[in-house]
Formats: sequence, C-alpha cells, structure tokens
Amino acid sequence: MITLVGVSKSFKRTRVLNELSLEIAAGDRVALIGSNGAGKTTLIRCLLGEYQYSGTISLNGECPRENRKTVLEQIGFVPQLPPPLKMSVQQLLNFSAGVCNCDTAEMESVATQLGLELEPLYKRPFEKLSGGQKQKLLIAIALGRPTSLLIMDEPAANLDPEARHTLFSLLEQKQEKSAMLISSHRLDEVASLVNRVIELDRGEVVLDDRVDDSIDLSSILQCTITTIRVEPAFSKAMNGWGFTTGANEAEWNGSIPGPDRLRFLGTLSRYAALLSSVEIKEAA
Amino acid sequence: MNLRLNHLWLTAKADISESLRSKWFMIYATVFGGIIALLFAFGLTESRIMGFVGLSRLLITYIQLSMAILPIFILITTVRSVAGDRDAGVFEYLLSLPVSLSSWFWGKMVGRFTVVFLPVFLAMSGSIVWGLIQGMEIPWSLFLYYTAFLFALSWCFLGIGMLISTLARSPDVAQGSAFLVWLFLLLFLDLILLGVLIQQQVPVETVVAIALTNPLQVFRTASMLLFDPQLVLLGPSAYLILDHFGQFWYLIWAMLYPLLLGTVSATIGYLLFRRGDQL
Repeated sequence: MITLVGVSKSFKRTRVLNELSLEIAAGDRVALIGSNGAGKTTLIRCLLGEYQYSGTISLNGECPRENRKTVLEQIGFVPQLPPPLKMSVQQLLNFSAGVCNCDTAEMESVATQLGLELEPLYKRPFEKLSGGQKQKLLIAIALGRPTSLLIMDEPAANLDPEARHTLFSLLEQKQEKSAMLISSHRLDEVASLVNRVIELDRGEVVLDDRVDDSIDLSSILQCTITTIRVEPAFSKAMNGWGFTTGANEAEWNGSIPGPDRLRFLGTLSRYAALLSSVEIKEAA
Repeated sequence: MNLRLNHLWLTAKADISESLRSKWFMIYATVFGGIIALLFAFGLTESRIMGFVGLSRLLITYIQLSMAILPIFILITTVRSVAGDRDAGVFEYLLSLPVSLSSWFWGKMVGRFTVVFLPVFLAMSGSIVWGLIQGMEIPWSLFLYYTAFLFALSWCFLGIGMLISTLARSPDVAQGSAFLVWLFLLLFLDLILLGVLIQQQVPVETVVAIALTNPLQVFRTASMLLFDPQLVLLGPSAYLILDHFGQFWYLIWAMLYPLLLGTVSATIGYLLFRRGDQL
C-alpha cells in the first residue's frame, strides 16, 4: 500500500529524514513514535505531498507530489494541533466534503457518534470550539469519507473516555480496509491501538516491530476500585475517567475502553499506595 | 476542468469566510469606509479645486488617498495572513485535503481579491449613492475609470503580495519584505527619485521606462490625467509620457499593465509554491 524507498529530507543543512525505506500494508496499524525532532511530522508531511523530498514515496502506486489529488483522496488526516480556522463549522464541513467529492452526512454522523452535537455549533467559528470539540470534528472529517490510509497525530489526546471508546470502535470498522499511521511521543498512549511499532530517531528507523494485537478495539472493561481512604486527587482522576462512587465514597465504579487499559493502569499506578482492591473484567 | 473550477471556487469561498472574520479585514473596511464618511463630513463636496466641486472633488481626493494607503495595506495584510496561516498550521491541514495546488493558490487569490477590492469599491459606490440621494451631479466617467484603476491596482499588489508570501518563510520576514517593496516603489515616484534622475541627466528613456513600470507611478499619473490633462501637478516624467503616449493609450496602459504585473507576480509565486515545500 505505502512504499518508501531511500526517502531523505533536509532543511538547509539539517537532514531530518535519512534514506528512509518502509513498506506499510493494508491492515497495518502503525504507531510512529520518537522524540521531538525524530522526523515523525516531516515523514507525515512528505506522505501528504506537502514537502519535497529525495527518494520515492508511493501510495497504491501513486506519488503524492505528482498525483497529489489522487493520493490525498485516499488519506484521512488528523493533525495534533487543530488549525486556527476562522471559518464556521458548517463552512469547514462544506469545504471538506466539497473537495473530497462526498457528502457531509457521513461526517456529521461520525461527529454525532463521537458525542459532538453539531446543530448548535454550525455557525460558530472553528477556532472558538473547545479542544475536544475541534478534535472530534477533525476526526469526523477524516473518518467520514472513504479512505485507505488514516494518518493521525495523537488522535485521542483531547477526548473524553466515551469519545475514545467510539473512536476505537470506528477505527476497528476501518482496520480491515485501511492502513493507519498513528504518531505519538509515547508508545503507551497508542500501544493497544496498533499491531506494529516504528520508532524514528534522527530521521532513521531504529525499531520496526510487530506487536500483539489481540485486544478487541471495541471491547469494554468494567472496573471497581477501592481505596483505603478518600483522596481528592484520586477522586479528580477517577472523575476524569467517568467513574462514580455510591454510598461508599472509597469505592469507584466505571467502565473503560479495552484499548485504554494500559493508560488506565498507568493512572492507577500513580496512586498505588492508596489502592486496597482493583477489579477489572471484560464486560459481557 | 469543471472539478478544478469547483475546487477553486470552494477555496475562494473558504478564504473569503476566513478573511471576513479577521481583524485585519475589519480595520481595512473601516479605513476605506471611514475615508469616504470623513470626506463628506468635512464638506469636501462643497469645496473647489482646479474647478472641481461636488462628487468629482471627493473622488479625486479619495483616489489620491487610496494610492497612498491601498498598496501597503494590501501587501501587509496579504503577506501577514498568508504567511501566518502557513505558520499556524492552517496550510498543513487544508492542504492535506484533496484539492489541487492550482485550485488552492488561484482560489486564494480570487477570494483575497474579492475581500480587498470590494470594500474600496463599495466605499466609492456608497458616495455615488449618497450623491444621487442628495441630487448631486454624478461624474460617471470618472467613477468608471477610477473603478478600473483601483481594480488593476488591487490585483497588482495582491499578486506581488502572494509572490512575497511564497518566497518568505515566516510572517516577520514576509512583512519586512513587503514593506521594502512598497518603499522601493515609493522612492521611484515621479516627484522624488525621477526628479533627481533628471537632475543627474539620466537618459530620458530610462526615466520614462521607470515611470512606466512603477505601478504606483502609473496609477498616480493616470488618475491625475483624468482631471489635470496637462499634468501640471505632476513631475517631469509625466510630460514625456503624455508626449509619447497620448491620453487614451496611457489610460489603457494604466489599466492593463498593473493587471499584467499582478498576474505575472502571482504566476511566479504559484510556480515556486508548486515546486517547493508548501509549508
């Protein structure tokens, strides 16, 4: 599906990508990780045909520089930082659907599934939305049209647990037909979403590994957490995950998306001394 | 072809939406609307200069003020917003959508032209409407000529602005470069450098060539030609221009040359934009 052969990119005298060669097949869900300056963003921009480069890149046999429109019709992109667009939500949807030659209905449907109620937002400038709303809308635009490659830069960073679960379910529906490239600084943020990890360092691939992908992307885990005392910081963290307490304020109940288990355990680990019991089980 | 035109139109509409919500547009529209309002408020239509009164007097003053502020306004706002959009990630996202680079670039050009020309034109049209309501005599031919000159001048400096935006990688460099270009053209105005050139006995052909290729000078000479056919208000090169061209052909030149210069500048900008990094 995607082939990169000897791809290099320099800015003045700084070489950011160095003779990069990769093959990504349909069904691959790739975590593209690396520290700042590793070359992740530059690689993505080369794939999107926004940068000149040496070497060859092809998506289904087409070069993103020479056949830009054909290639970009196959790519859904979600940037890490939402652009400060002043146009209204309606205008952004119309523009995106217009140039992608599709209808806004599917994009709106994805937005609704992600918990974004569009009706009161249509006339609002995109830049005036909250971080989570912007992220949901950009995801809806990327997933609400037919694509064979999804490129996402920390796509779940601003989403609430419910929207994360919907996103994972939507990605699961896409995974058979599409490849995914998910860029992140940290592997634990995206580990359970992917079946392959590519680590870049100074423009070179330093790790290219297959990982276990037995996690069902749409699964839900029921959790019950008990603490030895009530602690405000822990309560705030649990509220963030959408957990609630009953009469016993030290017992928390809630559910988390299956692919988020590592992140959730990471949160719990910060309060390890406070925990008296943890029960996590697959929801029926 | 139809799809490209459709994408060009979509990009133009998106750019217009972006601009209409920008602070620069608010200031821009207020300045030109405000000029007309102030000229009326100060009773300019009742004063007389070289025999001109009423709306003719107002339009002449408006066109002179436009020459002073329109080019720098267009240059600075274009380069700041285009380079700023690239810097802030707007280009990264919108160019990840399947729009061709030609539709994108020329769509931006068309959209931006609409928002820079319309306030200037509407302010002038507003004065005509007000004149009609007040029962003043309407100088239609002056109005049509000035509309054409303002159209050409706006397109010219927009094209130059788009070229600078492509060449400069940051908003600060783009803004500095735009200011230098404007300053350079200002120095070659008839009354400043051309006077010096003639004093230094530079060949007449060089002086005339400079006067004919500086879009600011072309606009200035043409706009004055309409109310001062002997060009007594202008500097030395204007006499020669009048001798060489005659009034009719000079007015044609004043409309076509800025359009051509703007188109050539924008085309060079587009070719560089397409060939290099878009971000």
